[in-house]
Amino acid sequence: MVNMKVSLSGWQLDNPIIPASGTFGYGKEFAEFYDINCLGTFSFKGTTLNERFGNPTPRIAECPAGMLNAVGLQNPGVEHVIAHELPEMKKYFSKKLIANVSGFSVEEYVKACALLDREEQVGLLEVNISCPNVHNGGMSFGTEPKAAYEVTKAVKAVCKKPVYIKLSPNVTDIVSIAKACEDAGADGISLINTLMGMRIDLKARRPILANTTGGYSGPGVFPVALRMVYQVYEAVKVPIIGMGGISRAEDVIEMMLAGASAVEVGAANLADPMICKKIIDTLPAVMEKYGIDNLSEITGGAHHG
Amino acid sequence: MEDKIFKIKENSQAARDVYHLRLEGDSSEINCPGQFASIKLDGLFLRRPFSICSWDESGLDIYYKAVGEGTAKLSTLPVGTELSVLTGLGKGYDTAPSGDNPLLIGGGMGATPLYCLCRKLIAEGKRPTVLLGFASDKDIFLSDEFKTLGADVIICTDDGSCGHKGFVTDVMAGLDYSYFYTCGPEGMFRAIDRIAKTEGQFSFEARMGCGFGACMGCTCKTHKGNKRICKDGPVLERSEIIW
Repeated sequence: MVNMKVSLSGWQLDNPIIPASGTFGYGKEFAEFYDINCLGTFSFKGTTLNERFGNPTPRIAECPAGMLNAVGLQNPGVEHVIAHELPEMKKYFSKKLIANVSGFSVEEYVKACALLDREEQVGLLEVNISCPNVHNGGMSFGTEPKAAYEVTKAVKAVCKKPVYIKLSPNVTDIVSIAKACEDAGADGISLINTLMGMRIDLKARRPILANTTGGYSGPGVFPVALRMVYQVYEAVKVPIIGMGGISRAEDVIEMMLAGASAVEVGAANLADPMICKKIIDTLPAVMEKYGIDNLSEITGGAHHG
Repeated sequence: MEDKIFKIKENSQAARDVYHLRLEGDSSEINCPGQFASIKLDGLFLRRPFSICSWDESGLDIYYKAVGEGTAKLSTLPVGTELSVLTGLGKGYDTAPSGDNPLLIGGGMGATPLYCLCRKLIAEGKRPTVLLGFASDKDIFLSDEFKTLGADVIICTDDGSCGHKGFVTDVMAGLDYSYFYTCGPEGMFRAIDRIAKTEGQFSFEARMGCGFGACMGCTCKTHKGNKRICKDGPVLERSEIIW
C-alpha cells in the first residue's frame, strides 16, 4: 500500500491532486461527475474584492496541445463568495479549500485576503500576482521583484493562514520573483500561471479572442512549468505547488521530482471533467511502477549535489 | 454525469458539407430538446459541442457542418469508431409556454435541435409550424423528417432554388403563431426579435471551453444576470436577452 499523503505548511492532504483555480469553478459542476472529496483539496475560482464580469467573448481559443483563455477573472466579489459560495461548497466538499485571490492594487489584495483568512473553510490563500497594478501603469505585480515583495508583505501582515504566491511565467527571471516573495514572508510558491499567447482567425483576419491575447495552458506548457519549478526549488526553501499542463499520474511524479510538494491540475479538467479522479485512481500503480512508497519523499528528488 | 463511450453507427453526408452522425450508446442523460453533446476527438484538446437532433434508448443523432478542423476531422471517421461523449449538457427548450400553434424557426444548421422539439410538441398535442431557411436547395436537410413528424414545413432559400426566395423573417411576418422557438445565426435572431409578435426562446452558439459550466468561457450578460451559454443556456428566453 503506497502512501499518497503530502503536506503544505503543516496542512495534511490525502493526495497531492488539486484542481487549479479558474478551471474548477466552485466545484459544483464537477460534483455532478464524481465525489470530489477524493481530491487533496481544490483552489476555487479566483476572487477579487469587487464583483467582475470579466472580458467580452470569445474568451476561449484552442491551440496545439492546449488552449487560450481570457476570461478576465469573472467572479461575484469576495463578500458574495463568503456569504454564498463557501456555504454552498460545504454541501459537497468537506475538506478545507485553497482561496485564490487577485487584485488590482495592494489595498484590494489586502482587503480580500483578510476577509477570506477568517473563514474556517479556507486552508490557505493563494495570491495570484499576474494581474496588472492600476497604480503602476498596469504593470503586473508578478513581473517585478519589488512589487511582488510589497504585495506579499502586505498580505502576510493581515493573514494568519499560510500565504502562497502564484507566479506568472511571463517574466525574464522567475527565480528572482520567487525569492522576493519568500523574503517578504510567503509560506509557499505556486507556479506557473498561464503563458501569454494569441490566435488569429484566418477568415476574419482578426484575433480569435475578444481580448486579443490570452493565457496558454494545457499539456503544451508542461515542460516550461517543470523547468520553472525546478529552478525555483533550487532557490527557495518554502514549499512549491507545481502546475502547468499536468494531465496524468506520470506528470504528477515528474513535477514533484522537480521540486513540487503538491500539484494543481488546470486545463485538463475542461477537456475531461473526470481527469483528477482518474489521476488519483491511477497514481498508486504508477508510484509502484517507479518504486515510490511515500509520495512526499520524492519532492525535489531530481536535484543532486 | 459521466463521459460515455459511443460508437459511430452512421456518418454520412446529408447536404452540402452537412453530415448526419448516428451515435450508439447510453443516451439516458438527455432529457430535453435543445440540449447538446460534446465530443472528444483525437489530437484536439477541447471537446466539440453539437446540438442533439434526436435521441432514443439506443443512441442519439447529430447533424453537423464540416467547416473547421474538428468537424472536418469528424467527417472522416468511419462507422464503428468509438468516441468519448458528454451528453445531456445545457438547459434546452421549455415547451410549457408554447400554446397550440408554436412556430419553430431554423436558420441553416439551426434546424437540428428543432427536430426533437417538434416531436415533443406534437406528442403534447400541439400543432407546430416549422420554418426553415437555407442558402440554397443544396443545403437543405431534415425537411422531410419534419414532414414525417406531421408538422407544416415552410422552406426559404436565399437564392430561391427551393421554396420562398428570401429570409425566414419575410415569411414569419405573415404568419400567426402562439409562441416561437428558434436556433440559427445571430443575425437571424436579431431580425426575428425585431418582428416577433410573441414571446419565444432562442438557442445560442458559443465558443466554449468545458461545455459544462466550469470555465466561464461563454458567459453573457442578460436581464436576469450573467448566464453561461453552456450551462444556463444554450436556450434563453426572449425577455431576458440583451441584444
